Amino acid sequence: MDTTNGHTVKPYLQSKIHPLKFALWVGIGSILMVFASLTSAYVVRQASGNWIEFVMPKAFYISTALIILSSVLLHLSYLAFKREEERPYKNYLLGAGILGVGFLIFQYQGWLTMMEYGLPLRTNASGDFTYILSWLHAGHVLGGLLAIAISILVAFSIPFKVTASRKLRLELVLTYWHFVDILWIYLLLFFILQ
Amino acid sequence: MAHVADKSKEQSRTDYLIEEYGYDDHFHEHDHGDKYKSGFINHYIFSQDHKMIAKQFLITGMIWAIIAAFMSIIFRMQLGFPETSMAWVKPLLGKWITLNDEGFGVLSPDFYYALVTIHGTILVFFVLTAGLSGTFSNLLIPLQVGARDMASPFMNMLSYWFFFMAGLVMFISLFVGTGPFSGGWVAYPPLSALPEASMGSGVGMTLWLVSLTLFVVSVLLGGINYITTVLNLRTKGMGMWRMPLTIWAFFLTAIIGLLSFPVVVSGFLLLMADRILGTSFYLNEIFVGGHALEYAGGSPILYQHLFWFLGHPEVYIIILPSMGLVSEVLSVHSRKPIFGYKAMVFSMMAIGFLSFIVWAHHMFMSGINPFIANFFVVFTLIIAVPSAVKVFNWITTIFRGSIRYNSASMFAVGFVSMFISGGLTGIYLGNSTIDIQMHDTYFVVAHFHIVMGVAAFFGMFAGIYHWFPKMYGRFMNETLGKIHFWGTMIGAYCIFWPMHYLGIAGVPRRYYSFDVFQTFAHFSTMNKFITVAAILTFFVQILFVVNFFRSIWKGRKVTERNPWKANTLEWTTPIHAGHGNWPGKLPTVQRWAYDYYNNEDGTDFNPQIEPLKEGEADIH
Repeated sequence: MDTTNGHTVKPYLQSKIHPLKFALWVGIGSILMVFASLTSAYVVRQASGNWIEFVMPKAFYISTALIILSSVLLHLSYLAFKREEERPYKNYLLGAGILGVGFLIFQYQGWLTMMEYGLPLRTNASGDFTYILSWLHAGHVLGGLLAIAISILVAFSIPFKVTASRKLRLELVLTYWHFVDILWIYLLLFFILQ
Repeated sequence: MAHVADKSKEQSRTDYLIEEYGYDDHFHEHDHGDKYKSGFINHYIFSQDHKMIAKQFLITGMIWAIIAAFMSIIFRMQLGFPETSMAWVKPLLGKWITLNDEGFGVLSPDFYYALVTIHGTILVFFVLTAGLSGTFSNLLIPLQVGARDMASPFMNMLSYWFFFMAGLVMFISLFVGTGPFSGGWVAYPPLSALPEASMGSGVGMTLWLVSLTLFVVSVLLGGINYITTVLNLRTKGMGMWRMPLTIWAFFLTAIIGLLSFPVVVSGFLLLMADRILGTSFYLNEIFVGGHALEYAGGSPILYQHLFWFLGHPEVYIIILPSMGLVSEVLSVHSRKPIFGYKAMVFSMMAIGFLSFIVWAHHMFMSGINPFIANFFVVFTLIIAVPSAVKVFNWITTIFRGSIRYNSASMFAVGFVSMFISGGLTGIYLGNSTIDIQMHDTYFVVAHFHIVMGVAAFFGMFAGIYHWFPKMYGRFMNETLGKIHFWGTMIGAYCIFWPMHYLGIAGVPRRYYSFDVFQTFAHFSTMNKFITVAAILTFFVQILFVVNFFRSIWKGRKVTERNPWKANTLEWTTPIHAGHGNWPGKLPTVQRWAYDYYNNEDGTDFNPQIEPLKEGEADIH
């Protein structure tokens, strides 16, 4: 929706969902295919033997708790934004960002623990797959953190006002952040159960 | 004079229908003139107008097609005339041609493999994916569904520039000292995983991977836009079952792309890890020069699975857009509704679905379990069913039609011919037992070149000749177009038909020379014939390029909005449509896209904006 020149262009929409939101979902679908294929490759490789089993580092559980909490805070921030409550909106948003950084710190801790186990990269495919999958996920989290950082910058630098375009942007960030959160839970469960 | 009056009557009818029934999105109030045309750079280079981006994809694709075709001429020279000096290409290829004392030039075997590899990579990805789907999805999706532009014009622009960067990196790889990647376009490990495996496996392969990764980003950005635009931005009245088959084809292609390209990215990611980090995903215990490398326990077959999970759907990513273009062109130029519209859509869906469960038919010789191979054989052969439905429908569409014999319709019919010829040999190759004999022979080369190479090109040519008036407001030269058609049709069959015989006799593909094989010595005349046919066909394509660029500036001008008397929405826009496509309201759709029949007033078509007449049934 563009509002320059004082006029609003109203494209004819076939469905109620905003095109950009829909585009995000389609994008999420293709990211899912990357992880689905890598975890399939994991299963295929595991079946052919020469595979060292190891226990997931505790740091990964802490990071999981952090990213879930971060998702919850971002959601609270979004709800506060919709209710036009400036203070909680900003605080929760900041909290979500900090916890997101915390997630990456504990992921890093987890990788260090894996190395201490005697499973540095190149030791065995089991460790290598875990590194590659969690690194790739961390890359996606970094993208999300960048989006949250921009949201924080916007929240603290321009006067608070609920507009359709700001709400849309926040919703896009929120959807993506929930997605990387759920993706990590999937990966962790996959690592534990396999 | 009466003709001129008819034209203006028709144009004012279009204006009236859009004004009367159109959807007012206040675009014209918002966008006086065309704000995007402000400067050269924003209009021609970093354009966000889907029509300009389509032209960028097309012209970039054409440049790549010429480069790749020229590569094939060089390696065909080697195959057809190995005893002839190649000194003439030394100015271009430099050190890859070695001269002996008598000035006789020999093509380096390493570079021969590089040429074959890059020829395949360029044509499959840059020309027949980006150049075809990128061009026509961009041009036609917003125009035919009645949208101002794509869902995200900015992402659309990024899509082109990622493609451009992918091309740039690939182009640079042609000039590195050790040559571009030379292990085949499928990039199987260990040739692709071990930098020391061959000359091109080092820097060349690194650049190849970077290029293809950028390319996948381009495909995904484009695909997300195509799907979203089709589902969300269709104009009022444009139900899914009223969409032209072109849109169905682009839509399904984008879905297949979004589901399969990410998988090859996973494959590339593990390949990069093996190359850069030294992991052993694909590498097993390997000895080089008597020394064991540090890799252990990996499986090169794993890469093949990941690659072909994209690789096979990729075939349909290439052919589906052509199928869509051909359906539209055949219907318009035979003045008949498409036969079996829904059957066409469902067969495309079936092909799309089946394309995901047949990938291992490329791996029958990799030692997979024969019982698993059976599964893939069955589903591969089932693809013949929806394909046959489509062929039947194309033929019945033109059957007893008032066919206009122009370049567009001739290429469309040529597509059907190629698709049948190439499709039939697919039934042989899909059988795992016959594949033991045929695998990696020229039979395979003949099959896929006809069915997805030449056929896809024919669909693309049909599309270019048909939509050129919409792109540039001028027509392409018909005489040159017809010479182009006959030259290509005869030329392509002359190149690829004999290859079937070579393949059945067991001549392997990818070989640099057959000098030491007495068995194949008597095929040298056939190889010469193929090479001569390839060179002649190449020059016919140059004719097309000349016609294309000459027509942009010198072609006969389009004087009416709807020169082909077609039903779809793109022909309701002004001849030179600005960004936003329709200057006023958006047209609304009253009927499906294929109402070609004789009206009482003497016309034989009913545009989609034309309301249903009294007593006329709404087909969809």
